[in-house]
Amino acid sequence: MDNLLLSLAVNGQPTERQVEPRLLLSDFLRHELGLTGTHVGCEHGVCGACTVQFDGEPVRSCLMLAVQADGHTVTTVEGLASSREQLHPLQQAFWEAHGLQCGFCTPGFLMTLVPFLAENPDPSEREIREAISGNLCRCTGYQNIVAAVRLAADRLGAG
Amino acid sequence: MKPPPFKYLAPDSLEQALELMAQFGKEAKLLAGGQSLIPAMNFRVAQPAVLVDLNRITALDYIQTQGDGSLAVGAMTRQRELEFDPQLAERVPLLHECMPHVAHPQIRNRGTLGGSLAHADPAAELPVVALATSARMRAQSSEGERWIEANQFFQGMFTTALQPGEILVEVVFPPAQAGTGWSFLETSRRRGDYAMLGVAAGLSLNAQGICSEARLVYMNAGDGPIAARQAAAGLSGQRPGPEAFEQAAAAAQEEIDPLGNVHASVDYQRHLATVLTRRALAIAAGRARGNGSSPVADAA
Repeated sequence: MDNLLLSLAVNGQPTERQVEPRLLLSDFLRHELGLTGTHVGCEHGVCGACTVQFDGEPVRSCLMLAVQADGHTVTTVEGLASSREQLHPLQQAFWEAHGLQCGFCTPGFLMTLVPFLAENPDPSEREIREAISGNLCRCTGYQNIVAAVRLAADRLGAG
Repeated sequence: MKPPPFKYLAPDSLEQALELMAQFGKEAKLLAGGQSLIPAMNFRVAQPAVLVDLNRITALDYIQTQGDGSLAVGAMTRQRELEFDPQLAERVPLLHECMPHVAHPQIRNRGTLGGSLAHADPAAELPVVALATSARMRAQSSEGERWIEANQFFQGMFTTALQPGEILVEVVFPPAQAGTGWSFLETSRRRGDYAMLGVAAGLSLNAQGICSEARLVYMNAGDGPIAARQAAAGLSGQRPGPEAFEQAAAAAQEEIDPLGNVHASVDYQRHLATVLTRRALAIAAGRARGNGSSPVADAA
């Protein structure tokens, strides 16, 4: 099938590529743009590892075609930190609270939780657990992920 | 785990989309939110030759209260918009209550009302709500438009009354009735997973507090949203209470036809139906009386 011109902004950078219509957004980010921070787990919308922000809202990038992002903005985990030295406050909190072990699921959690904290700056534990219900982690038992979100919320609130 | 090749078309208007559907007919699949179709394509269960993407048709994205109090929702309205719409709790309390149960926030950000109804998954929440509330579906084709009642729309496993070339464009939920209370309950292994069983219950009470009409519709209990009509009819004329609810629950769990799956045996699904029906009816009755949190019941 014919390739289509795709024009979008990824992490603030205007980007243009010719892509096959069947290319998934997750594969576009990883293989075309080299942004391998977006992880691909199940490829059918269950695990949440491939979560990115599409026009600011968390979505599963394995359940979208890259061509559907034409004219839109996408933010990946690479776009979170303000510089190579300065982690995003939520990334910092994940590190300090041991919110990750193997790290495979972490980008998906971060991309889900940054918009969540923006909407709900002082979430209860229950709300945090609901917010991460669409992301699977096989290492942590979620305990320290919840703790990391609370830590980040406290810091962001104080700041 | 990658879709096979297909021709991709993304019309800007409904007229263009209708023309494309007339041209390609059965070869074409409509892409709404893609939260069920794209995984099916990734698995190659679905292999459409042509994909007509509706996401650029912004005219199909709206939530409007109409003059008679009914709520008209454009088929491409995202589930997340419905979840947070301020009119919903008052206009269609059952839909409002069910929205947080529809998968996960990431899915609801993309998933649409029309897409979920047209997909007609027996384990999905929204078809149950459409059937329980007697929603009406407006379908358009290049030939014209027609209205389809919810009880005609769902025709079995992943099957609807929509014909090749037709596009579901709007869903209208009837006005909320004073003296009616609704409740939605489901049990799933993990929040956001497909539920092992779910129920939508509606109960209308007359001035004497006697049940004048009841609705019981089940999720994951057959080949589509399943109405337990006899169990619901048995409630009419009864005073709502534990005894009446027990009877209705016992009748409903026999009337449904759950298929069983890896998460729940048929027996367990029937058990869930019994327990959830009892609870849902009690909540709905409370709301109908104005004791609960339903704004509709409060207004009654």
